[in-house]
Amino acid sequence: MAVITYRQALNETLRSELLRDPNVFLMGEEIGIFEGSYKITAGLLAEFGPERVRDTPISEEGFVGAAIGAAMLGLRPVVEIMTINFSIVAMDQIVNHAAKIHTMFGGQSTVPMVIRTPGGGGQQLAATHSQNLEVWYAHVPGLKVVMPSTPADAKGLLAASIRDNDPVMFIEHLALYNTKGEVPDGDYVLEIGQAAVSKAGTDITIVSYSRMAAVALDVARRLEEDEGISAEVIDLRSLRPLDRATILQSVRKTGKAVVLEEDWLSYGVGAEIAATIQEGAFDYLDAPVRRVAAAEIPLPYAKPLELAALPDATALVKVIHETLDATRFRG
Amino acid sequence: MPQVFMPRLSDTMTEGTVSTWTKGVGDRIEKGDIIAEIETDKATMELEAYDAGILEQILIGVGTTVPIGEVIAVIGDGSGPTSNGTTGKGASNGSPKPAPVSDAVVAVAAPVAEVPAAVPTALPDLPAPVPAAANSGQVKASPLARAMARDAGLDLSIVRGSGPGGRIVRADVRHAVDALATSGKPNAPAQPGAVAQRAGLGASSSADDEEIPLNNVRKITARRLVESMQQAPHFYLTSVIAADALVAARARINEGLSAIAGDSGVAVKISVNDLVVKAVAAALRAHPEVNVSFGADKLIRHHRIHVGIAVALPDGLIVPVIRDADTLTVTQISATTRDLATRARAGKLKPDEFTGSTFSVSNLGMFGVDQFTAVINPPEAAILAVGATKQEPVVRDGQVVVGHTMAITLSVDHRAIDGATGAKFLADLTALLENPLATLA
Repeated sequence: MAVITYRQALNETLRSELLRDPNVFLMGEEIGIFEGSYKITAGLLAEFGPERVRDTPISEEGFVGAAIGAAMLGLRPVVEIMTINFSIVAMDQIVNHAAKIHTMFGGQSTVPMVIRTPGGGGQQLAATHSQNLEVWYAHVPGLKVVMPSTPADAKGLLAASIRDNDPVMFIEHLALYNTKGEVPDGDYVLEIGQAAVSKAGTDITIVSYSRMAAVALDVARRLEEDEGISAEVIDLRSLRPLDRATILQSVRKTGKAVVLEEDWLSYGVGAEIAATIQEGAFDYLDAPVRRVAAAEIPLPYAKPLELAALPDATALVKVIHETLDATRFRG
Repeated sequence: MPQVFMPRLSDTMTEGTVSTWTKGVGDRIEKGDIIAEIETDKATMELEAYDAGILEQILIGVGTTVPIGEVIAVIGDGSGPTSNGTTGKGASNGSPKPAPVSDAVVAVAAPVAEVPAAVPTALPDLPAPVPAAANSGQVKASPLARAMARDAGLDLSIVRGSGPGGRIVRADVRHAVDALATSGKPNAPAQPGAVAQRAGLGASSSADDEEIPLNNVRKITARRLVESMQQAPHFYLTSVIAADALVAARARINEGLSAIAGDSGVAVKISVNDLVVKAVAAALRAHPEVNVSFGADKLIRHHRIHVGIAVALPDGLIVPVIRDADTLTVTQISATTRDLATRARAGKLKPDEFTGSTFSVSNLGMFGVDQFTAVINPPEAAILAVGATKQEPVVRDGQVVVGHTMAITLSVDHRAIDGATGAKFLADLTALLENPLATLA
């Protein structure tokens, strides 16, 4: 088991999938000669050639549509959209075509396409380039939405997404690319739709995903060490399908839950989690489910304002304390 | 703490306006006192207090219109917060007794915010979790605390909540259950979340007395009976029935049952009470207007007839239920009653075996009681108190002869059932008991 970055894990997985299946090919803006805006595709053009690693014009709607057609005819395109913000341009292709073709045409054709795209804020890229739009896609039946938070999950879930016969939105995070972690060697494929209990605990459940799952895990470890609070951390890993069973199992044990999400609060992922919990574990709740999310404003460019608008460890700790106090946890 | 609601004073009334408060905050109120005048869509009518006590809070001002069912005042024992809440709901017309706005009013009018919304995650208009307003009269508890209390058979109204806004949380229920289990006393002092003991009316003990801690059944019995007497205006209808046919029918049925039992020797015997239950069920079927419950703003008519039987326990009272009694034979009623009563005394009843009755029967005849009145078992609207069957001189065909009599008294919730309706039910029930074969028809 090697310790590598999230970026390396993605790069190596793309490479091994290209080697494993000749139907797999990559397309996207600047992924070839420039080796990707975030260097995820470094070295792949040189190794696999322009037939399988294709640079595209700046035309998201066009190349996503081309990928859908290729997928319908048996190829396995892995499309890179430079950031999730640009996927909005291809929304019609993704929502109205990729998600619907399998059911609207009576199962004649599947769309085994992966759209890899990073989301998230915190890089001073300003409001239009810092969004968390995952919930738009998670809302749509026919799509799968996968959001790994660790290098190992990046590997196991990217391999699973490429081998999946449904269109998958594989959403990375700009702030995770340089994070390191142990990654299993060899062929490593995870099941899509299975949340991870990244830390077991008994006092409170923290539900999160993507970069915030890493923040949650860090907070939980510190709270355990400093204050003896045993928090259980659930990393959703996939928003659709959503692993409700794992969430409910945890809340039935702890009786309290906080959701940490980087998207905006209203109609966000936390709203779905909170609804899931009250539907499935109402009699186990000792306090209201709380949500920690981004301020509901277009994300500012100025660093202090950007930091103030994004959810962070401090905000999470505060809400965890409030929730525990509401149940007289600390006497 | 009894609340005074905006009453429904006419069939078409949906809201009412207080035109005068005839009592002020701090005044002593007797049951039946006129405390206010209410303007309805039709007329101005007087509002009588259903409860005695001290008028602690006036929650709406003169000239203020509120929907029926809304709490407009609180009557307590004088220990609660007092307030003249005329600032609460647009009481621009002033009140007869202007009083300073106390903190209590603010507490009632503005629910305490539990926690600020997480910064920086929320806009100012985002609601933080808000507990229900204080003094709303409803027990505030987390779902988990409720589930735990249900499993433990614990009455949450006697538990003090330590969560935000007084919410009862898991820790409070744990403490309460532990306190009851270890000491038998509900109150573990110095525990912030321990069970709060409800003071009796000035009851205290001296060296000559002994204090017996209340068990849970006693506590619940006490609370429910107080609730019933305070909230349901009772009236009573008594009928002395000629019980000769009833006594004879019982004897004949038991002879028959004994003959059927034959060599097995296990003779089933029915009681007079079994015949009473059967007759009550038949009478209820004929009078659906008595098989009802009073809801705050509606009457609930029960289509099924579930008769509760009051059973004395060594340390309390429980009312097991004979479900669908109108569909059972007398021997089935008899067997069910015996089974339920036996298990009730052994403390082995399941919750659904002592809840859900739609009418109850209480029988003290076996103790030789001639006649008594029973307290209605809420949310039922009536209960029948059955006295002893005894031989007495009775007048029959102008002659004084020896006959069996049995007095039955119906207690009725006047909110749900009027006098004439109750009387017709009692008349039919009397006829059924005087001719018990009719109940078998």
